[in-house]
Amino acid sequence: MDDFLVRAVLAGCGVALVCGVLGVFVVWRRMAYFGDTVSHAALLGVVVGVVSGIQANLAVLLVSVVVSFALLALSRRRAWTPDTLLGILAHGSLALGLVILSMVETARIDLLALLFGDILSVTTRDVAVVWIGAVLVLGLAAALWRPLLAISVHEELARVEGVRVALVESALMLMIAAVIAIAMKIVGILLITSLLVIPAATARRFSRGPEQMALFAVLCGAVAVFGGLAGSWQWNTPAGPSIVVAALALFIVSGMMRAPASA
Amino acid sequence: MQLSADEPLLSLNGVTLARGGRTLLENVDVSVAPGRIVTIIGPNGAGKTTLVRVMLGLEKPDRGRVERARGLTVGYMPQRLVVPMHMPLNVERFIRLGGNVDRPALRDVAVEVGVAHLLTRPMQALSGGEHQRVMLCRALVRDPGLLVLDEPVQGVDVGGQAALYQLISRIRQRRGCAVVMVSHDLHLVMASTDEVLCLNRHVCCAGTPDSVSQHSEFLALFGPEVYRSMAPYTHHHDHRHTMHGDVVEQQDG
Repeated sequence: MDDFLVRAVLAGCGVALVCGVLGVFVVWRRMAYFGDTVSHAALLGVVVGVVSGIQANLAVLLVSVVVSFALLALSRRRAWTPDTLLGILAHGSLALGLVILSMVETARIDLLALLFGDILSVTTRDVAVVWIGAVLVLGLAAALWRPLLAISVHEELARVEGVRVALVESALMLMIAAVIAIAMKIVGILLITSLLVIPAATARRFSRGPEQMALFAVLCGAVAVFGGLAGSWQWNTPAGPSIVVAALALFIVSGMMRAPASA
Repeated sequence: MQLSADEPLLSLNGVTLARGGRTLLENVDVSVAPGRIVTIIGPNGAGKTTLVRVMLGLEKPDRGRVERARGLTVGYMPQRLVVPMHMPLNVERFIRLGGNVDRPALRDVAVEVGVAHLLTRPMQALSGGEHQRVMLCRALVRDPGLLVLDEPVQGVDVGGQAALYQLISRIRQRRGCAVVMVSHDLHLVMASTDEVLCLNRHVCCAGTPDSVSQHSEFLALFGPEVYRSMAPYTHHHDHRHTMHGDVVEQQDG
């Protein structure tokens, strides 16, 4: 197997790992559109990186975190409903990113790769970034596992039971921002949310507990990475979208199968 | 947990709270003594849930003081809890989300509230009554000194409602914990509470069920026919308060 394909598989599996574990929370807490908004803002992050000279992943992480907390603060004020806020911030930040990008025009930026990913060109350094990021995010998720579950069921009950809800919620948003920063290169900012949502949704039917659902989501994501890369190799299709199509196919096929009893 | 008998577990003094230009609570005083059952009743929009939220520390009052006994553990049963549809979670895991409990202790509480046979059942597959008992179980595994129940019989059929109130009475007797509950079904509550707090943004009247049910503000809120219709019901229960005679602490409203 060629080296670039090995790196692609390694990076893809790292992304499937974090996306599976965090994706279940995105599904439970109905954060799909939130993830979408933060990933749209990631383009602005790339531009900020280019303009300021901050390393790209770091710049994306920074901007994603800022946008996440802006969303949280604005939705607490209840001046607008969350979906309106998300719509404004998602497309506002994407458009702003594109406009600034056209003005700086150093022309070294491959817009298509940003939007749809370029997994076949990942470097060894990219693979390292993915796995270091994945280990950090998973460590935090594991440490906060029960509080994360508790606030996903009922925030106020969790608070009465001693969970520091605001802190745990912030940690979750930080983790999602980190996932977007590390997954951007793999599937692109327009498709990241699909790797959070589709494998988790596929896993639901077969899971009897929250941990099992996270594990199955990781497996579904990994299968989609292999399937997508194989398809891309076979038919010369773009790799990022092929991975998402593979995830989608898995979701549809599993949906047609009979659900296991009392799952 | 050591708590002296005369110190209240929880006391609110002059609590006033407004949100969005509307006064939800005005100068409310409440005191909950150890082992007592206090029921908050009142019409819709009277601020019952807001008051409970202040008691729990979920909402900060604009004015007034909230004092809790030191080391007090609170078990809370919220008015509405829906486990996300796509979260696979069985009853035992749900109960465990409330804190670390060992298996035998959890089983004992599950038996006490009658949910031991449900432990492996998905949360989404419970009836209204089962759901409420499971939430009660989660509140009790913390071994609370104070149980706060916001409309505990919501979604429970009529037969089950009386049974649930009786269960709450038994729990108090066995454990000696105090109970604060919100209710609007006067009939059933009167028989199983020590104190009633009639709330309509301010405290209309408070005291024993007997005294409150004859209070002019209570009658103005709920009408005398409520009291009359209550009487035959309370006779069905083996309770400690007589509805006739024995009138105590008639307060000035």
